[in-house]
Amino acid sequence: MNAPMTAAPVAAKKLKVATTSLAGCFGCHMSFLDIDERILKLLELVEFDRSPLTDIKHCGPCDLGLIEGGLCNAENVHVLREFRKNCKILVAVGACAINGGLPAQRNHLDLRDILEEVYQTEYLLGRAGIPNDPELPLPLNKVHPIHEVVKVDYFLPGCPPPADAFWKLLTDLLAGRTPTLGHGLLHYD
Amino acid sequence: MSPTFQLDGEDIAFTPGQTIMQAAKAAGVYIPHLCWHPDFPAHGSCKLCTVKANGRFGSSCTMEAQAGMSVENRTAELDDKRRTLLQMFFVEGNHFCPSCEKSGNCTLQATAYELKMMSPHFDMFYPDRPVDASHPDVLLDFNRCIMCSLCVTASRDVDKKNVFAMGGRGILGRRIHINSESGRLADTNFALTDRAAHICPVGVILPKRKGFAVPIGERRYDKAPINEQVKEPLKETAP
Repeated sequence: MNAPMTAAPVAAKKLKVATTSLAGCFGCHMSFLDIDERILKLLELVEFDRSPLTDIKHCGPCDLGLIEGGLCNAENVHVLREFRKNCKILVAVGACAINGGLPAQRNHLDLRDILEEVYQTEYLLGRAGIPNDPELPLPLNKVHPIHEVVKVDYFLPGCPPPADAFWKLLTDLLAGRTPTLGHGLLHYD
Repeated sequence: MSPTFQLDGEDIAFTPGQTIMQAAKAAGVYIPHLCWHPDFPAHGSCKLCTVKANGRFGSSCTMEAQAGMSVENRTAELDDKRRTLLQMFFVEGNHFCPSCEKSGNCTLQATAYELKMMSPHFDMFYPDRPVDASHPDVLLDFNRCIMCSLCVTASRDVDKKNVFAMGGRGILGRRIHINSESGRLADTNFALTDRAAHICPVGVILPKRKGFAVPIGERRYDKAPINEQVKEPLKETAP
């Protein structure tokens, strides 16, 4: 009761955010960076864990995970599961994470036919055979959106989602609101 | 004075014989729909326009308005069901908006925006539906077909050509077929000037060489949401 009231208010702990691009083109990450100088404001509130922006290779416990891209190979599935295990909130970002997107347009073709077409039939690609180095992750038979494998908390559609949609999602989540996107921010193209 | 019914608590005037959908459109009130078109008889198949009239579910495009009727339209309960129907449409076809010429002018997409559909929710089917690019002026991309059958009706009743038909069974087998010996559009008398060439609410029937004349971002539903464009005549792609 008589303790001196001199201690400064503890700064709110920064939220940890991880991001990754699975079977995506990094276009969503580029659009995210289009929030421009708002990223400085964001960095006052969050700290990046695993992300192409930090080059950290594995994520620890995080508050938020942003997943760009769908699942086209075994490594994508491992990374997605690592994110789901570590992130309190997981967001599917962009068309590919949400419905497979452009990579999923191979889904009506046979995987072996595609590999043979590219690596054995196609002129000038060396005809060296289908790569099978053990370092290479095995392709999945079909490309899948991420909600088919893990629980996804929120979705941010768009190809890519506009920077303002990223900003709206992040500011809503940081303020403890359910993220909503109005006309102009919610689009699939 | 014309009789009225209540739509979400608002009085809507109607002329006897009008459906709930027709009266709502005349009053400028949006009821989500995909297979209904003001120029054609109601098909009643997409079920997006389901409302609750005096407590019972029914398709507003086929249900006649009655004086004093109380109709629920944009309630959370109905919009939730509509969103689920949309999600089923999206997983049953191959709806890749970023690579679709119709994006921004598409009724399916605009309706999904209106109902805040954030994901397909269900597992995708990724059906194999080859395109028909045989016709010199029109591309058919069946990946996006929602079986509204507007092209069937327009070709049969307006163009008197009967180019299109619904056929096949099952979720992946049922699709629009072309009435020609070869099954190809080039082997019909279909023309770009046909009504059926401009009736598709999604990106199946596309005039060639016009795809991006209006850029993405400046299209009909980029400018305003679908619920604000109820009274305007449907702008079909100019030939």
